[in-house]
Amino acid sequence: MFLIPVLAILSAMSLALVRAVLGPTVFDRVLAANAFGTKTVVILSVLGTMTRGPNFLDLALLYALINFIATLAVLKYFEYGDLAQRVDYVGEEEAP
Amino acid sequence: MSLLADLVSWVLLLGGAFFTLVGGIGIIRMPDVFTRLHAGSVTDTMGAGLILAGLMIHEGISQETVKLILILGFMWLSSPVSTYALARAALRHGQEPYWVEELEVPSTARIPGRQNTSADPEGA
Repeated sequence: MFLIPVLAILSAMSLALVRAVLGPTVFDRVLAANAFGTKTVVILSVLGTMTRGPNFLDLALLYALINFIATLAVLKYFEYGDLAQRVDYVGEEEAP
Repeated sequence: MSLLADLVSWVLLLGGAFFTLVGGIGIIRMPDVFTRLHAGSVTDTMGAGLILAGLMIHEGISQETVKLILILGFMWLSSPVSTYALARAALRHGQEPYWVEELEVPSTARIPGRQNTSADPEGA
């Protein structure tokens, strides 16, 4: 019963990996990593429900949190070239 | 009741598998970053939503269902935010959205870093 969703998620994960390897820009790679993390959360949930193993759902919740924070941190690094910047830099950018 | 719950859960899991596959194929097939984001968000909302809803119905009322609801709620909160941040960062870094050449760009379209130069070559 759980075999078809697991196979679908695994093939989608491999497609995301292909995009991460091929991706011409860095944003394609970040997008692929984000999609890969989302599918990891889903497949952890499915496997936890299927095998009734301990702590799978806690791991999935934790992985969702880490995936979100990691995507935002990597994006901020590539957008500003830094993780902690001066406050007035944003005001300069918005000025016409 | 159990048979009905199994049937509904099975249908939801199959639908989620379908949407996950569609999103994965879209990430490969689409031409630029923004359309790939659009394709990938199908996986985040419909794929994960349907699969986790099927798992919730399969579990019944239990502690696992509460955790699944938490996972789904957080995923539905965080995935649009990261998609928006990714699209904004890509726009700021001069990624051009994909246009069909014959398609008229509407003059109201404001794209940062593009300045509407190709929007009206002979118009204004």
